[in-house]
Order: sequence, then C-alpha cells, then structure tokens
Amino acid sequence: MPKPKIGFYWCASCGGCEESIVDVAEAILEIAELVDFAIWPVAMDFKRADVEALEDGAITATMINGAIRTSEQEEMARLLRRKSQVLIAYGSCAHTGGIPGLANQFSREAVMRYVYHDCPTVVNPQGTEPQTEYHDEGRVATLPEFRDVVRSLDQVVDVDYYMPGCAPNPTLVLAAIRTLLSGVLPPKGSVLAPDIALCDTCPRIDTKPVDLEVATFKRTHLHKVDPDVCLLTQGFLCLGPATRSGCGERCIRGNMPCTGCFGPLSNVHDHGAKMLSAMTSILAAEEEDDIDKALEGIPDPVGSFYRYGLPVSMLRRKVDLPFGHRN
Amino acid sequence: MPEDTQPRILAFFCNWCTYTAADLAGVSRMKYAATSRVVRVMCSGRIDPQFVLSAFAKGADGVLIGGCHPGDCHYISGNTKCLRRHRLLKRMLADMGIEPERLRLEWISASEGDRVKTVINEMTADLKRLGPLKLPERCVAWDVEAIDEEPDHAEAVAKEAVHA
Amino acid sequence: MMTELHQNGQEEVRIGYFVCHCGTNIAAMIDVAAVAEYVSTLPNVVVSKDYRYMCSEAGQDLIVQDIKEHRLNRIVVAACSPLLHERTFRTATQRGGINPFFCHMVNIREHGSWVHEDRAEATEKAKALARGAIGRVKYHKALEKRREPVTPAALVVGGGIAGIQAALTLANTGKKVYLVERDPTIGGHMAKFDKTFPTLDCAACILTPKMSEVYAHPNIVLWTYSEVEGIEGYVGNYQVRVRRKARYIDEELCVGCLDCVDECVFKVGNVDDEFNVGLSKRKPVYMPFPQAVPKLVVIDPVACTHLNGGNCQKSCVDACERAAINFDQTDTIEEIKVGAVIVATGFKTFDPKRKPLYGYGKYPNVYTALEVERLVTSCGPTEGEVVCRDGRTPKKIGIVHCVGSRDHQTNRWCSRVCCMYSMKLAHLLHEHTGAEIYNFYIDIRAPGKGYEEFYERLQEEGNHFIRGRVAEITDIPKVAEEEGMLTIRVEDSLAGFVRRIPVDMVVLSTGLEPHADSQDVRRMFNISCSREGFFLERHPKLAPVSTTTDGVYLAGCCQGPKDIPDTVAQAGAAAAEALTLLDTGYVEMEPSVSVVDPIFCSGCKTCLNLCPYHAITRDDAKGVAVINPVLCKGCGVCVAACPSGAITQNLFEDREIFEEIEEVLAYA
Repeated sequence: MPKPKIGFYWCASCGGCEESIVDVAEAILEIAELVDFAIWPVAMDFKRADVEALEDGAITATMINGAIRTSEQEEMARLLRRKSQVLIAYGSCAHTGGIPGLANQFSREAVMRYVYHDCPTVVNPQGTEPQTEYHDEGRVATLPEFRDVVRSLDQVVDVDYYMPGCAPNPTLVLAAIRTLLSGVLPPKGSVLAPDIALCDTCPRIDTKPVDLEVATFKRTHLHKVDPDVCLLTQGFLCLGPATRSGCGERCIRGNMPCTGCFGPLSNVHDHGAKMLSAMTSILAAEEEDDIDKALEGIPDPVGSFYRYGLPVSMLRRKVDLPFGHRN
Repeated sequence: MPEDTQPRILAFFCNWCTYTAADLAGVSRMKYAATSRVVRVMCSGRIDPQFVLSAFAKGADGVLIGGCHPGDCHYISGNTKCLRRHRLLKRMLADMGIEPERLRLEWISASEGDRVKTVINEMTADLKRLGPLKLPERCVAWDVEAIDEEPDHAEAVAKEAVHA
Repeated sequence: MMTELHQNGQEEVRIGYFVCHCGTNIAAMIDVAAVAEYVSTLPNVVVSKDYRYMCSEAGQDLIVQDIKEHRLNRIVVAACSPLLHERTFRTATQRGGINPFFCHMVNIREHGSWVHEDRAEATEKAKALARGAIGRVKYHKALEKRREPVTPAALVVGGGIAGIQAALTLANTGKKVYLVERDPTIGGHMAKFDKTFPTLDCAACILTPKMSEVYAHPNIVLWTYSEVEGIEGYVGNYQVRVRRKARYIDEELCVGCLDCVDECVFKVGNVDDEFNVGLSKRKPVYMPFPQAVPKLVVIDPVACTHLNGGNCQKSCVDACERAAINFDQTDTIEEIKVGAVIVATGFKTFDPKRKPLYGYGKYPNVYTALEVERLVTSCGPTEGEVVCRDGRTPKKIGIVHCVGSRDHQTNRWCSRVCCMYSMKLAHLLHEHTGAEIYNFYIDIRAPGKGYEEFYERLQEEGNHFIRGRVAEITDIPKVAEEEGMLTIRVEDSLAGFVRRIPVDMVVLSTGLEPHADSQDVRRMFNISCSREGFFLERHPKLAPVSTTTDGVYLAGCCQGPKDIPDTVAQAGAAAAEALTLLDTGYVEMEPSVSVVDPIFCSGCKTCLNLCPYHAITRDDAKGVAVINPVLCKGCGVCVAACPSGAITQNLFEDREIFEEIEEVLAYA
C-alpha cells in the first residue's frame, strides 16, 4: 500500500512557516517514515509539472503558507487544491493574510514605488521596475502579475483547515499531522488551535487585577517592561484577550505583548474591531480629550489591531485605493 | 429607485434616549429624510465596533450612533464606553480611507426629537456630497482580478463596479 | 460569515409578518400592501398580511389564529414604536401558544410614516426594516421573564401636597411609606397660600388636616429636614440612603412649645423667614410656621451664634424644660429598602430679577405673587393687612401675568396656574383694600372646572383686564398723575395703542420652573428630563406618571406645572401605579440580560470592571467570568467589550444584530 502523499507550498511568506515545520525536530523523521512528499519547494526538488502530472485528489493533504499576492500564487493554490484531498492554510499569512496583508493599506503603485525607488537602501539608477513580459531576441520572459489586493488563501480557493500562527507552534503542527494521518478529521473549516483566548493559559493572568483600568497606552520600545506583571496592566497593548491560545505564550515568555498572530476566536467576526472595543472600554479616561490622550500610545490602530488579519477584516482594504488599473 | 440618489444611514440608537427622541420626532410629526434605518439597542455601550464595520461592509454609506448625553446614561456609564470606542474607531476608519463624516456619534436625549431630525438631515446632505461608499461593490470589484476566468472580462466587471 | 444557518433544534422557522395601517397613520404614507407583498417573498415567511389596526382585539386575534393555523413560530409586527406596543404583541404571541420573545416589532410609524413625506421612499424604508426584522427574528430564542420579590414599601420624595397625597393613599392601603422632605416641615408651596382658586376655600383648612394625618399615620415614617442621597437596586428592590440633617433638637423630646425660640439671645428675628418668603424675619431657632408638621423647632446652623463658634450664653438650652436641644447632634444616614419610589419634588417659582424691566428688587412696591399670598393671609407677616413696603395702602394695583412664562427670552412654557392665581389674588386684594385692580394678560387660560365662571365673576366685580404683555415698569413720571407711582407701560393689543397706567403696587405673576438641582435629582433616580427640565413621563398619554425607570413614578409639578386638583389627581395615580407594583408582590424582570458562555471565556477580566452594577465576578477556580442575572440590567456593555465574543445578551445577540444590519442593507 503506497504511503499517503503530503505537500508543502509557500506563497507570499517570509520562510518562517517552513522553519516551523523543521522545528518539529526529530518527529519529522517519524512523519517522513509515514508519508511521501509530493511537493516541498524549500526542501525538495519537485517541479510544477510533477504536481500537474498527479491525478486530482492524489495528495492526502497540502499545507500552503503565505498570503496570495501574485497570479502565480493563485495558480499554484488552485492546482494544489485540485490535487489535494485536504488543503490547510498554514500560518497567519495563509490563514488571515498576515504581515503581507498590511499592504492592503497601500496601492500596488505605492508599493512598487517604494520598493524599487524610494526605499533608502535601493540603488536603481535606471528606474527599473519588474514587467510581466520581457522580449529579448525573440524570446519572452514572463513574471507573474502582482495583484492589487493581498488575499488569504481561502479568498482564492476552498480551504479545509487553518493552522494559525506566525509561525505555527510545532506542537500544534505535529498534533495536526497526526490527526490527519489518523483519518479522524475535525469538522471542515476548523482552526487547529484552542477556541479560547490566550489569557486562559497566560502565566501572568494572576497579576491582572479585577478592576483593570488603563490610564494610558504605552509602547514597549519606550518603557521598561516588567517581566512578571500582566502586560495590559502595565499599559502595553496586548492582544492576548482577543487572540487564540495554543502558541505556547512565546511572546509573553519573551516579555513582549501578544500581537495577535493566532487570530480571533470563532465567535468574533472582526479581530481588530473586537480588540479595539475591549481595549478602549478599559480606559480610565471619561472626557474626549483625555481619551484621545490615553490613546496616543496606539498611533497606528490598523497596524496594531490588524497586524495579521487585514485581508480578512470586514473592510479588507483601504477603501479609496485604486484598483483594476494595469500598466 | 431612491437608492440611486439617497444615501443609506444605518443608525444605532439607545433605547432610552435617542430611540425615544426619534419616537418623539415622530409624535411631533417632524419631517426628515427617509435615509436612516434604525437598529435599536438598549444602550450605546452595547454598540460593538464590529457592528459599525459590518454596516459599512454591507453597504451603508454612513453610520449614526445615538446615545444619552454624558452623565445621563440610563445604565450610568455605557455612553462613556461608547465614546472611548468611538474615538479610536474613528481614527482607524480614517486610516482605512473612510471619511470622518460617515461615522457620527450624537448624544440625543429623549426630549430632543428635533435633534434627530437635524442630525439625519445633516448627515444625509454630507453623505450626498461624499457620494456612495459602495463597499460590497468594491469588494466584488477587488476580487475580479483573482477570478480564474477570462481576465479581460474580469477587468470590465471591475471597472463597471467602480463606476457604478 | 453571517450566513450560518440557525438550527434551533430541528424546528423549521415559520415567520408571520403583520403590517399595521394604524388607520391612515401608517397607510397614508406607506404602501402597506406592497410591503406585505414584498415580505411574502422573503425566506421562511409563511404569512404576510396587512391589517387596519393590529393593536385592536381583532388585530391581535389575527396573530393568535395565524400562529395556530399556519404553525408560525416567529412573529414580526410592523406598526408603531415597540416602546408603545411591544408588550401587546408579545402577549398576543403568547396567546397564540408560542414564547412571547419570538415576536419582534418594526417601527414604521414614529420612525416612518410620521416623519417622511415621500410615499415611495417611506415604503422602501419600511421594506428594508421588514427585511432586517425577518432576518433577525429567526435567531430569537424562547426566553423566560425572571420573577423577583418586591419590598412592600414605598419612598415618597417631597412633602408638598403631591407627596402628602401619594403617601396617604399608599399608607391607607396598608403599605409602609417613607416620606422624605428637604425642609423642616411638610406642606410645600400650598402651605403658603391663603386661598385656593376658584372656590376660594382656605388652603390651610384643607391642607393642615392632611399634614397632621401624615404625621399620625402608623404606616408613614416621616423624615423632614432630610434628603435622599443615593439609590441603588432595581424595580421592587431599591436600597435608599437618606441623610437626616442635624436639627440640633431631639425629635423625641421636643414638643414644639417654642420656649427656646422665645428665650433665644436674639430678641428679634435676624434671618429672612423662608415661610414668609422674606417678608419677615425669624430667629436662628425657629419653627417654620405654627402649623408645621412635625411640630418641632430647628436650629439654623448658619445663623446660630453657638454653632458658628461664637460665644453664646445658650439661653435656649436653659429654656427647654425637656432638655431637647442638643448641639452635639450630627447628620445621620438612614438606609431603607423600598419597592417603589414616587418623586414629588415640586417646583420653584421664576426669579423675576431675570426680567429687569419689571423692576423687581429695584422698586420696593413690586411684589411676586407668592409674596402677596403671604400679605393677604391672616397668618402672614402683616396678619392680612395689605401694606406696601413703603408703608402705603395701595389704591391701584397692577397684576402682570406670564412673568417668566410664554416668553422666548426666559421660559417658553405656559405655567398653567398663573391666570387663575392672578385672578384669585385680584379678588383678594380688592377684598382687602378696595383697590382698583388691573390685570395685564396675554390670554386668559381658564380651562378647569368652575374656572371660566371665576373669570366672569372677576370681570363682574369690576377688575380691569388689559390684553398685552407689559413692556416696562418705571417710576419715572411723564404726567402729574404718575408722580410717586409705578407706571406700567403696555401695548393694549385689543385697543391697539400703548397705555401707561400708574399704580401703587405691582404683582408679578411668576411662572413655575424646575428646581435648580432637578438635574441631580433625576440623575440620582435615573429618570429623564423634558427639554425644560421637568421630569419626563414614560408616555405623555398612556403612562403619564411612570418614568423610564421601572418602579419610579412622578407626582406633582416636578413633572410639569399644574394646579392643586391636577396635582392631587396625579399623586393618586402615582400611588395607584406604585400600589400595583407593591401589591403584585413580585416583578418580572426583562430577560434581556447578558450571559457568559464559560466554554469561550478565557477569564481575561476585561469585563469585570466595566459593569456599572458589579454584576460580573470571576470564578477563580474555573477561571471564567460569571454574570449575576439578578444584578444585570441588560445594557450590553460587557458584550460589546468581550474580546472573545463569549458574552451574549438575550434579544440583542451578536448574530441577531449582525443579521439585522446585513438584511436591512441587503434590501436594494
């Protein structure tokens, strides 16, 4: 009996998710015994044609990490969807859009202008920009289209499960793979992490007072952070109360507040709005001016509350950006 | 169809002050634009910023929040919580390209029926000036580029959606 | 996202939609048939009908029958405001055999037909609202009202005629009543009046027996010189804190003999006498008036030499045989529990100094009506002799109506009582002095029983009635006959020219206003004010003595200017409402409370401090928040703030509101 096939693929991502797979450490050997790899660009030399040659549904499960920004990523997502029985959005970017999703605050042109011209470390005297087609001596070189909008994986293809995290926690990853191989699958659409917020397992929860009030929000690079006391109690914006647990409280243990990479709870429709509601509710200030002052410590609410999820938020994208224009 | 020209305001009114004021405007037969759709909540403190975003995402051109005056909340301080959320939400909406006139918070007591009329009329005029937000249509247009068929057609749909 | 299907067990959602014509109130501006037609096309709608009067018995029966006939399990009624008829339609829904909270109302009258002028637009709006309701109602759950026992006692705030009447009515039914009055005596404004219109019966003769009855009533606890400081709790179960100000008199010992007053080191009064509105002086130790109830003296800490740290021989202490004077007394706080509260805090009279052209405070012979009440009464400072401040007995008197009423510069409202009391004073002044009386009025408003007849009687008695708002009162003469007189300049709007009428004495018929601290009072009792500052009734016609806070009722002029008959009637009505509550013995609490789902609660403590009623605590063993349904008042602040979406508010669940938003906006 042939071993089940597993695929890993990356789209608009940083590579951290690939690291997290390797981070399961020795257990990777156990998995390698049980499965064949159908595609894993970071580790193995498979070509797109190899995947295309497979029958539809031939891959038991594929984990795609990264957001979807280019036409090639869309094509690969569709291809792998067709070839896989189970498709897992792996990591924050595939799950909710991730850090690349913050680009939904800027037009494609602005991104290009910055990356190829304005960025202080760029040297580009000819003002070269990437083109989708380049003709040279009768030959054509192509590049994929860079889309106007950053998307989560499920905004492009149907997704069966979500593995949250930037990057996912190896313990959860291993558990998920074992579950997949067991054949006893959770309901479609499940997020493979506990449906309870991080405070549930936070080692600092007992230091949070019952009469919590925040006088003013502070930023971690400007203030000393007490390593033992609840970060919110200290006035640092911590998204733990609104974010799924299962990460192992890595940031908290590293004395940094939760930034929300595991995404919202299942009862929440918009992670950022919900967090904004909770965080402003606990302010001490009552008057408009005092409230504004207390909120100065949150200079970029979109960046703070939608760090990993702007593409799946209710607004999705800055509403007045141009789109549909092709150069 | 009036929708072509008339903006749509989703209004969240607290039961005790602003909803009652809107009732008073009715009893007093004050006339105002038929642009508002009121969702009644018990307190402005119940208004989750998610509701506001949802309203915009589902097609509202403006969102109006009505609560009791500061110090007058039927539930003591719900309106304060509403104000706190509102201050940051408004800033965040601006960052997302939504004009400040599209979200309005008004304290309207049970006796200020005329205020309901004035605010809705003012907001209607503001929104007419700004033009429709059309977020659902924009979302459709945004997604056209990722639809796996006939890219030329997709582009046409996108343009149509934007200019509609 | 919001398209999840509601399972609700295995039950299929079957909605009945009923749109009301309200005669022509709705149907004239909204095409109700078209709305019903549209709604019939929406999913899960089994019945969609329009009917002339949904709130009528026949309309309600329609709901009952259709529930049975079509196995409906959700009802949407589009009619007037839910604040008016939600209960009606919930009851009808219940009569049909399903849980009343499966019913939802859409307001298309107050928020629709009455405020719009374009039939097409109003109809579109009604359709959109209908769609929102159809969307939300499928998520409604069966809910039960919770019953809480009621403390069978009432608090009456204010001891004027309104408070007295309400207290007596309640006490006579066997209910315990706490009557709290700020002044040292009950009686209020009415105690200061000489006669009452239009019958001219003596105010004291009809009021003082009631005051005594209050004092003697076994079911009434009377606390004068006391103020309500705080109130907590909810309908049927209020905890009230009352501050009993130090009188420096032992109430148990004092018999009101007034020996201490006689022996006070001040041989004559040195403080403006409040009861005589400053027309006489009283001593630091005093009884407000001879018929005061309770019949106790009080020591004014501001005026008393000893209490101000001065060296006083304290002759009052020596004078008191019963050793009732106690300078060490301090304020005490009483904590009481009551089921109902009647607010009867009265009014204050307009300060005529706000109309400087009328010369009050500048010309000694310009009086307020209340001062004249004291002047004409036989127990007043002049024992009924009408002598002006400059010593003259007036031969010509001008009475200026609507001072601080019907005036866009001051108060816009009609104070309702001034026309009548002006005429009463005209009659009494004429009776006492034989003077010629001029009434300056805008309109005579005499709509009560026997009032118009009284007006006629005054005309027959030879009083002058000059229609016109007085422009100015001046002591600068233009002709000889104005020398030494106050001249009233007025445009006679019937004759069409400006008159100048010299008089000896002017009476300003000042209007009624809310108390200066009415805002504090209403905040304390969590009730609303009308624009003018009078307390707001729940509904001007159908709930005229109730407020938006259950268990708190209104009586008397704190709700708006009214005369004594209306005040007494309203006090009775307030007592009846309170009695209904107290006699039922329990209250049904609205089920719209919030609930924490412990499965989703991370115990993050965000909500704990947000609840103004301290209804949320943390179960530290389980690490979750818990809401006490008895304390929760259902504002939903915690629901909106819960970062996990773990708190749900009944009837205002997230999914219900999201669906309402989406569906309202989905209507193209």
